[in-house]
Amino acid sequence: MSAKLTSIALAVFACAWVFLPDFTVSLLDYVGIYAIVVLGLVVMTGVAGMTSFGQAAFVGIGAYATAWVTTSSFVAENLGGILGPTFLPCVGLIFGLIITCALAWFLGLITLNLSGFYLPLCTIAWGLSFYYLFGNLEFLGGHTGITSIPPLSIASYSLITPRSFGCVIWLIFFLLLWLMHNLLDSREGRAIQSLKSGRLMAESMGINTTSYRAKVFMLAALMASTSGWLYSHFQRFINPTPFNLSSSIDYLFMAVIGGAGYLWGAVLGSGLITFIKSYLQDIIPAIFGTNINPESIVFGLIMLFILQYYPNGLWPGLVKLFSPLVKSKKKSSIERYEPSQLSSRNMPPKGTLILNAKGITKRFGGLVANRSVSLDLKAGEIHALIGPNGAGKSTFFNILSGVDFPSDGQVELLGESMTGKVARDFATRGLGRTFQHVRLLRSQSVLDNVALGAHLRGHFGWLACMLRLDRREECALQFEAIEQIRRCGLGGSEDTVASSLSLGKQRIVEIARALSGQPVALLLDEPAAGLRHLEKKDLATLLMQLRLEGLSVLIIEHDMEFVMHLADRITVLDFGTVIATGSPQEIQKNPRVLDAYLGIDEKSEGSL
Amino acid sequence: MNWDIALFLGQDGLVSGVIYGLLAIALVLVFMVTRVIFISQGDLVAYAALSMASLGGTKTPGTFWLLIFLALIVLCTEAWRWKRGIQIDWKTTFIWTLFFPAIAAFCIFLLPPESVICNILATVFIITPLGPLLYRFVFRPIANGSVLFLLIAAVTLHGILVGFSLLFFGAEGWRISPFTEQAFHIGSVAIKGQSLIVVLVTIVLVALLFVFFEKNIFGKALKATAINRTGARLVGIPIEFCGDLSFAMASFIAAISGILIAPLSTIYYDTGFLIGLKGFVAAIIGGLVSFPLALFGALLVGQLEAFASFWASAYKEVIVFTLIVPVLFWRSLRSRHVEDDE
Repeated sequence: MSAKLTSIALAVFACAWVFLPDFTVSLLDYVGIYAIVVLGLVVMTGVAGMTSFGQAAFVGIGAYATAWVTTSSFVAENLGGILGPTFLPCVGLIFGLIITCALAWFLGLITLNLSGFYLPLCTIAWGLSFYYLFGNLEFLGGHTGITSIPPLSIASYSLITPRSFGCVIWLIFFLLLWLMHNLLDSREGRAIQSLKSGRLMAESMGINTTSYRAKVFMLAALMASTSGWLYSHFQRFINPTPFNLSSSIDYLFMAVIGGAGYLWGAVLGSGLITFIKSYLQDIIPAIFGTNINPESIVFGLIMLFILQYYPNGLWPGLVKLFSPLVKSKKKSSIERYEPSQLSSRNMPPKGTLILNAKGITKRFGGLVANRSVSLDLKAGEIHALIGPNGAGKSTFFNILSGVDFPSDGQVELLGESMTGKVARDFATRGLGRTFQHVRLLRSQSVLDNVALGAHLRGHFGWLACMLRLDRREECALQFEAIEQIRRCGLGGSEDTVASSLSLGKQRIVEIARALSGQPVALLLDEPAAGLRHLEKKDLATLLMQLRLEGLSVLIIEHDMEFVMHLADRITVLDFGTVIATGSPQEIQKNPRVLDAYLGIDEKSEGSL
Repeated sequence: MNWDIALFLGQDGLVSGVIYGLLAIALVLVFMVTRVIFISQGDLVAYAALSMASLGGTKTPGTFWLLIFLALIVLCTEAWRWKRGIQIDWKTTFIWTLFFPAIAAFCIFLLPPESVICNILATVFIITPLGPLLYRFVFRPIANGSVLFLLIAAVTLHGILVGFSLLFFGAEGWRISPFTEQAFHIGSVAIKGQSLIVVLVTIVLVALLFVFFEKNIFGKALKATAINRTGARLVGIPIEFCGDLSFAMASFIAAISGILIAPLSTIYYDTGFLIGLKGFVAAIIGGLVSFPLALFGALLVGQLEAFASFWASAYKEVIVFTLIVPVLFWRSLRSRHVEDDE
C-alpha cells in the first residue's frame, strides 16, 4: 500500500475515533487487541510458513502476568512503595514478556528442528494444557480468575474509557505494524521469507533456519503477550476462558481470512471477524432461539469457503480494488552503491586448492552410491563432473555442498576439514551453489531472490532492521544484486516475479544469487538444462569470465558439447566410482568412458 | 497406593489406552495417505457414542440428518463437476451417498429400536460414510495444499463438527448401559467384562487392518500411496479413491471406538476433541508414520492418564498433554533430515 493512501486512511481513522458511537469504539478496541496477536501470526504463518494454535495461551500469559503483578499483595508490599500505579502495569508487561520469551524459546527449541507440522501440533497440546493450568492455579484465582485489575494511567489521568484506552491500543498496533513492515522489507526479512520454501535453500544461503524460526516464533509470542497485557487492563478482570484453544483457532482464522501473507490482513481479518461475530450474536438468537448457538458452524463454513476459494485471504482482493490509486514502486531504480557497506572476501590466487574431496564413500543401507571418490577444484578452473544417470553425481554434489554427510572420507574447503559441518558452514566459507530442481522464492521478485544470496554480506540484525537503521547497507545489497542480475544477462527483469520466468532463466537467477554472495567456489547443478542455444553460449561466456576472475567452478552437466568446450578438467563417475579424470581431449578418447556412455559392443570388442 | 489400586488403574488405563490406540491408528492412516492431520477423528468418535446413546433413547440421532445433508451436498457437487466434464467415480459416490444412508435409515426406522445390535449397526452405517463425504466436501478441493494448510482446514472442520454436536445432542452428557455386567475375578482384582470386550474388539480390528494392508489389493494400494504418492499415481492408483478409502476406514474405526466408549464414560458434545488429541499425542510418539509405535504410545498415554487422575486429578489433562513435550524433544534429537519437501 502506498504511503500516501496509508496516511490518508490513518488520518480518517483518527478523526473518526472522536465521533464514532461508544459501542463501535469499544468493538474497535477489541479489534486492535486481536489485531496485535494476528499481526504476529501473519508474520509467522503467511511469511515464514509456520503456524501456532497456541497464541491465545501466550495472550493469557501476558494477561495473567500483569494481572498478578498489579493485584497481588506480595508485589504491592515489595514494589508498591517505589513504583506508583503508573509503573506497576509496566512491570507487569515486562514480567509477561520475559515469561513468554522463555517459554517460546523452550517450545521452539524442541519443535523447530522437526518437520513443519510438529510445531502447530505441539501448540495445540500445550495451548490446551495451559488452559487447564490457569484454571487450576489457586494464586491465579482458579476458574474464577482475577478481578479488579487497575486500568492503565498516565500520571494522574486514568485511561478508563474505551475511547481513551483505544488510543493506546491502536498506537501500539500501528507501531508494531510499522516495525514488522520494516523488518520484512530488509535483509532479515528476506531471510524470514526464505524459511517458507524449505530449509535446504535457506541453509545454503548461510541462513540458520532453526534460529530464524525460533526468533519468528518468539516474536509472534511476544506480540500475543503484549496484546494480553492490553486485554487485562482494558477488561479489568480475567479468567481462563478467553485464552483457550478455540480463541487460538479464532486468531488463526482472522489471519487466514485477512490474508496470512499480508500485514494489513491482520486488521482486516480481526475487524471482519469481530464485527461479524458481534452481529451474529444479535441475529442468531432471533432466528434459532437462545439456547443453541450455531455461531461456530457459520464461522467454520465461512472459513472453509475462504480456504477453498481465497487461499490467500481477502486482503489481495481489497488491494486490487484500490490498485488504480496506487503506483507500484520499482526497486530496481536504486542507483547508490556503497561497497564499503558489504563485507567482501579476498579471492585466493589462481591455482590455489579450493575444494578437495578425499576418498568419499557414501552408503545408503546396502547401496553404495559413492565409493572412495576423490576430486579437487582449484581457483580459476572449471571442473566438470559427468556420468550416466544413476552414477552418483547428485549424491556426491550433496556431500560437496554440506547437504549430506559422507560415510567415509572427508571434504576440505580452503584447506579446512569440513567433517561435521552443515551447508550453512560451507556457505559461510565461500561456497555458492545452484540446485538441480530450481529453488527460488516463487512469488518474490528476481531482485529479492538474488539479494538473498548476499545475505551473509550484511550485518544488521532484527532490531536494526525494524528501526530502519540498515538502509545504507540495504541499498548496497540491492545494488550488488542488480549488478549480478545484469552480469548474468537478466538486466531489466529485476522486478519480475521469479516464477514467471522460463525454467532456463530461473536457473540463471540461481547463478546470479550464488554470485551475489561473492563465492570462491561455485557449484552448478545442470545449469544449462532448459536453455536455448544462444542462452547456452551466453552462459558459457559468463562462466569463462568468472574463471578469468579467479573463481573456481564445479559443474554437473549432461550437455557434452557444452562441457567439452568449457571445462579445463573433467571427472567421470560411473556406478559410484571415478573411472576417468583429465582434460576434455583425454576423456573423449578414454575407452572406459566410451563404454560407460555407449555400452560395450561384445562383437567389436575383439576387433578393437 | 496399594497393589489393588494399581491394578485397577492399570486396567482402566489399558482400556482407554486401547481406545486412544484406535484413534492413533486412524490418524496415522489418514495422514500417511492424504497428509491431512485429521483432528476431527475424535469428534467422529463422540458422534458415534452420542448416536448410540440417542438411538438407545429411541430417538433418531442428528448425525443421521447430517449424513443425509452431506450426501446431498456431495451428490450435487459431483453432478456439477460431471457437467463440467470432470470424470466422476460414480460407483463409490453412490456407495457413500445412497447405499450407506439407506442401510442406516433401514436400521433406524424399520428394525426394532430396542435392540442393541441394531443400534450398533445403525451407528456404524451413519458414521462410516461421514469420513469420505467430509473428505470430498472439505479436503479434496485443497488436496494439493501444504500440510499446514490442510491442518488449518482440519481445525476448521473440527469447529463445525463441534457446533453440530452441540446442536444435535445438547450440552448434557450421555452414557449408555454397558453391554455386559459380567466381571471376572483374578485373585482380588475384578476384571470387567466391558473392558475385555474393548480389548478383544481392538485386537480383532488391528488384526483385520493388518490383513487388509498385507493381503487386500485396496490395502496395498493405500500402502503404496502412503509410501509414495507420485509413484502410486504413476502406476494407476487413483489418489482420490485412496483419500475416500482412508477416510472411510478412519470413520469406521471412529464408529467402533465410539460404540466401545459409550458405556465406559460420560460423553459430552465436545469430549471428542480431548479424546482425539490424546490419540494424537500417541500418534506423534509414532512420528505419524508408525502404527506399532503409535499403538505403544497410546497405551502409554492411557496409563499416564489413569495414574495421573489418581495422584493429581486436577492436573490430569495438563500432565497428559505435556507428555508431548518430552516426546517431541526425543524426536527432535533423533531427527536429522536433508530436506522436507513440504
